[in-house]
Amino acid sequence: MAQGARDRVSGAGEVPDGGTPAAARTPAAGGGPQEGPAAGRRAVEATWRIESARIVGALARYTGDLALAEDVASEALAEALVSWPRDGVPRDPTAWLLATGRRRAIDAFRRRAGRDVRYAAFARDLGEGGAHAGAAHSGGDHPDLLWDPDRIDDDKLALIFTACHPVLSKEARVALTLRVVGGLTSEEIARAFLVPTPTIQARITRAKKALGAARVPFEVPPAAERAVRLGSVLNVLYVIFTEGSSASAGGDWMRTDLAREAIRLARVLSRLVPQEPEAASLLALLELTAARFPARTGPDGEAILLADQDRRRWDTAAIRRGRAALARAVAAGRGLGPYGLQAAIAEQHDVAASVEDTDWARIVRLYEALGRVAPSPVVDLNRAVAVSMASGPGPALEIVDALAAAGALAGSYLLPSVRGELLSRLGRVDEARRELELAAQRCGNERERAVLESKAAALGEPSG
Amino acid sequence: MAKYMLIMRSTDEAEAAFAESGVDFEEMLATMGRFNNEMIEAGVLVAAEGLEEADKGVVVDYSTEEPTVTDGPYGETKELFNGFWILEVPTIDDAVAWAKKAPLSGPGMKAEIRRVPTIDEFPADNEWIQAERAWRERTGQL
Repeated sequence: MAQGARDRVSGAGEVPDGGTPAAARTPAAGGGPQEGPAAGRRAVEATWRIESARIVGALARYTGDLALAEDVASEALAEALVSWPRDGVPRDPTAWLLATGRRRAIDAFRRRAGRDVRYAAFARDLGEGGAHAGAAHSGGDHPDLLWDPDRIDDDKLALIFTACHPVLSKEARVALTLRVVGGLTSEEIARAFLVPTPTIQARITRAKKALGAARVPFEVPPAAERAVRLGSVLNVLYVIFTEGSSASAGGDWMRTDLAREAIRLARVLSRLVPQEPEAASLLALLELTAARFPARTGPDGEAILLADQDRRRWDTAAIRRGRAALARAVAAGRGLGPYGLQAAIAEQHDVAASVEDTDWARIVRLYEALGRVAPSPVVDLNRAVAVSMASGPGPALEIVDALAAAGALAGSYLLPSVRGELLSRLGRVDEARRELELAAQRCGNERERAVLESKAAALGEPSG
Repeated sequence: MAKYMLIMRSTDEAEAAFAESGVDFEEMLATMGRFNNEMIEAGVLVAAEGLEEADKGVVVDYSTEEPTVTDGPYGETKELFNGFWILEVPTIDDAVAWAKKAPLSGPGMKAEIRRVPTIDEFPADNEWIQAERAWRERTGQL
């Protein structure tokens, strides 16, 4: 009968909680994947991966203080790591973490009430014993009420905006966003950024202090601030993505995870602010860029340039998702911003069967538009490359020479590298060699330097 | 990362109870939609399908020498397979955590969770495995 089967399966890892005798709650040691202390630890980690943003968000709404919410959520997590392996996984793991975090928050408020007037009022509201307390803030002692499904999106959005607040340094925004919105541990963030764990811990501590010192409210910013604040959020997600997608040595797998995390956050954000085309644009840019990841490294980890990539390895599902997001941004009818234009450029590459088939004229126009909304010498240099593909090396060299004359990108290997390439195609071999050698000198990446040196060498010995 | 299939299972009794409970179809679409959307946003959902009612399906039974084909509904069958999700998550614990969030409830309703092995776990020198790998590459599954 069904009843017998239910007993056998025991609800896919569900261990009975409260009210059951301790002996029955202690999971059998050395059992299958769903039993034993190790299973309790894994259940904590899995719950955290899925629910951390909601938990921190709900606690931040409850306390009005993101730094405190992050502290008490971490304490609840630590408590779960002790108690779940010992007592079994609670029936509703998320509610358990919320209730525990909330109790810790009340303790913290009581402790601080004596020292800080800010907390005194709150502590008074909690009343003696706290049974009916906090009603003004959360609706009583019942953890379910902290868990308001209609508030989840607002909480998550407030969390993103607060973690990316402009009072924080860019590094702090990135670390705090990964920690409180992404649910990554300091160790994971440190590994991803190839820095020691204490560095990340210090960054997060400083960030939390800075939010407290600036009295940053936990809220979705009012309309007047919205555009600027959204810009900061988009920038943080973009930085996380580029950090994850830069092909530097070591810990490569983790860095791909970082790029994935950025895409996930962009997906969440673009749904939370459907009226903001730049959020959809950023999602499109990340999807359309990540779509090429499977083809951009060879079997030995060497970088493969766009022209040499096996386009069959591109992720067609990611391209579809990216194009759909870009179409949403276009449909808003307000014209594309910097992320949208970059996404449109990535789209042109993604839909082309080969370099030759690429609509370079269109890419040139998109770079021109990008140069107008977000002027930068790097954009001009990229435009020059597109111009060389669309109209030949001559007109492209004019753009590059203008950049050089203006002293742009001084000290960077990018400019001499592109200039050398164009001169080589124009048959101005000696000048080309000099530029490529200069580029090689300036290039920090060993593999790229080797490529530049071999290009210079292929042009032969200097004449005369 | 590994792939896990969450298999929605129920029984005839559970189906009948659900039909009688008078749950609004729109409401069911909404709760299931929210659950699916959460997995999509989390970037874990690879595929999902629900199946048409069992009374429109057939069962091919191999217990006899010549396979027997039976039309639904299957009076004798206690377990019905109703649909599935495929999630890509780091561990089976994540798959369990997602399964607990699924809007399924009531006696007899279950989700079975099974890992989906990857093609890399099969012998690479086997020609059938090579053919399957080629098909997966061609259709963008790898």
